[in-house]
Amino acid sequence: MSGETLSLERVRIVLAGRTLVDGLDLAIGPRECVTLMGPSGCGKSTLLAFVAGSIGSPFVAEGRVRVGDDDVTAWPPERRRIGILFQDDLLFPHLTVGGNLAFALHERVRGRRERRARIDAALAEADLAGFADRDPSTLSGGQRARVALMRTLLAEPRALLLDEPFNKLDAQLRDEVRRFVFDHALERAIPILLVTHDEADARAAGGPVLRFGSGGPLRG
Amino acid sequence: MSAAPDRAAVAPVGRASARRLRPLAWAPTLTVATFALPIAAGLAGTIAPAFGYLPAIGGKGFTLDAWRELVAWPGFGSSLKLTLATGFTATILSALLAFGFCAWAAGRAWGPRAAAWLAPILATPHSAFAIGLAFVIAPSGWIVRALSPWLTGFDVPPDVATVGHPSGAALVLGLVVKEVPYLVLMTTAALAQVRSHEHLALARSFGYGAREAWIRAVLPQIWRQVRLPVLAVLAYSLSVVDVALILGPGNPPTLAVLAVRWLGDADVRMWFPAAAAATLVLVVVAASIVALLALERLIAAVGARIVARGRRKTALTPLIGGTAATVAALGVLACAAMAGMALWSVATQWRFPGAMPSGLTLDGWARRAGELAAPALNTVVVGAIATLVALVLSLACLEAEQRRPRAGPPPALSLLYLPLLVPQVAFLFGAQVLLVRGGADGTLAAVAWAHLIYVLPYLFLSLADPWRALDPRYARTAASLGASPLRVFVAVKLPILARPVAIACAVAFAVSAGLYLPTLFAGNGLVPTLTTEAVTLSAGADRRVIGAWALAQAAVPLVVYAAAVLLTARRSAA
Repeated sequence: MSGETLSLERVRIVLAGRTLVDGLDLAIGPRECVTLMGPSGCGKSTLLAFVAGSIGSPFVAEGRVRVGDDDVTAWPPERRRIGILFQDDLLFPHLTVGGNLAFALHERVRGRRERRARIDAALAEADLAGFADRDPSTLSGGQRARVALMRTLLAEPRALLLDEPFNKLDAQLRDEVRRFVFDHALERAIPILLVTHDEADARAAGGPVLRFGSGGPLRG
Repeated sequence: MSAAPDRAAVAPVGRASARRLRPLAWAPTLTVATFALPIAAGLAGTIAPAFGYLPAIGGKGFTLDAWRELVAWPGFGSSLKLTLATGFTATILSALLAFGFCAWAAGRAWGPRAAAWLAPILATPHSAFAIGLAFVIAPSGWIVRALSPWLTGFDVPPDVATVGHPSGAALVLGLVVKEVPYLVLMTTAALAQVRSHEHLALARSFGYGAREAWIRAVLPQIWRQVRLPVLAVLAYSLSVVDVALILGPGNPPTLAVLAVRWLGDADVRMWFPAAAAATLVLVVVAASIVALLALERLIAAVGARIVARGRRKTALTPLIGGTAATVAALGVLACAAMAGMALWSVATQWRFPGAMPSGLTLDGWARRAGELAAPALNTVVVGAIATLVALVLSLACLEAEQRRPRAGPPPALSLLYLPLLVPQVAFLFGAQVLLVRGGADGTLAAVAWAHLIYVLPYLFLSLADPWRALDPRYARTAASLGASPLRVFVAVKLPILARPVAIACAVAFAVSAGLYLPTLFAGNGLVPTLTTEAVTLSAGADRRVIGAWALAQAAVPLVVYAAAVLLTARRSAA
């Protein structure tokens, strides 16, 4: 994998006359993690929704999103293949752990045996070997967070968005999960965009940090 | 389940609180008794004659004669087949269309708003819709008129059966038009209880289109809440009488219609095979529910395998677009049905093949105002009594639950679903026998009680969610200011929840206004409502007359629904 760059060009997001993001330019290379810091309500999650393609009314957004050579601005979310990790793990409660991973695993991987092998490998990578048939509700918070990341990565995303993914974990677990996420995500040759209000997250990401002011909109 | 009522009854009279009488604690027991006793008694009173026991008309011992007579009836096999075919086709079609529509709407911002427009269709009685639909799809109906003679060449209505087709296709259509909006609304309500937007966004980030994502990631999660409405649709479709009388085939009819027809026979000995037919409807419904639950398992197992394959595009994708288009066509049909009724009721004359009446007049309404008045009054009075009693019982149950939060809702309350699943014809016959013996048949009170059985579950189910969702801190704040529980209820909870209460009442009233068989049986024909009159007239009266009755029948619950929405609109906006 040579790796692609995720770029935002002159992104502007307005909500009811209030400008949340104003003329943001950003380029994130493969294996790079850019962190956006800011207080809650400043529009960081909205920016991620814009990149992922799931932004809707009442927000007004303009600017371009590119992944590699593709301008994906007009593409629906399912065509962009930009993975997201949310605050909550959002494991599907109606599927087993293995079912959750199979849901996301790229369709290019064909055949039941081959798919099962890929899922088992992903579980082993997350220190969860043998968990495929478990119900997600029987897992601990840290285990769920690891499954959620593996699930996102199995879809083979071209870029990864992290929306305060460690926010709801307790302090001790947070370090462990944070290390796991960055170790495994940075291993893939994809660009990563993290939004958070926790300085420790930014330090762990180890890349450039952009700060949302509490007053004015974010500018790049 | 059998131990549940005991627990509910015993719990409130613990020794410590025995001195203080707490009437609220009895509310769940009283509520369950209100419908469970008549249903149990009615079922017994139907099943016993099916096996030969009905002393009033000389049936004194156990015999299988009634069943032999039923099975020997020449149309029996076709009737059973028709019942199963129409019931299952209507249910499965309704569910597929409703879920397909929801999947299609999932990616669209206006999806939830579209669902709000479905409420008026729900308020309209089944039979009114069936009558309107017959006006549209009959060989002399609006569709053929619109195409004649320029396209079809017909100068007289073609001699084919559409309404009453032996296959039951018109009956299925009539059921589907009404049940799809019901299931869409139930699905929309369930969506609010899971994190559907986030799961949808997530599944799309994996590369699934919105529709595929909804079917795979959202529908399985809400199925648990939607299962009961689907089963209710199945039970209803297998046992419905009024819609089957209007749109279904006449000979042989469905089993439920057959039972009602034989019960109305001048020869009382026909009551025995009638009771057997009614009992068979009960058996058919119970077996069908089991079959549908087995089908659910099968679909879940197959579905899990399909999901595990991870294909992003399947044959579902174009299919879902097709279901959405079908639902839109059904919507047009529903509007045409309503408009057709209205037009016929004001037509001077409407000769075939004219697409429009030759003239419009209000004379018909003026002439019929007198006949309409008494049944309309009965409709309103019975509906108001049933709704009011159901509201008091539901509020008492919910209030009892909140004052003893640790106890949770009493398990007996789950029996509330019973009236939605037990076929009306299976217990109303027995209930009528009991009413006759008690000398209470044909009274307004008996009809109101029969309606209460059906009104109660709908009112409770639509009120319970908003009531339980109210932030308990309002009540706690008021209590800390010194307000008694009664004052908290009257001055805090009721005003805040005025809109859901009003809408639940409107839904309950609409249920009452649409009831045909319970009115007929408990009223013994002496308490005519707009629905019983409209269904009776639909068999052969002038279309201008039927149109007026069906429109009046549809208008009463719609007006009540509109009033509930408008009167509480200011509060919701604030």
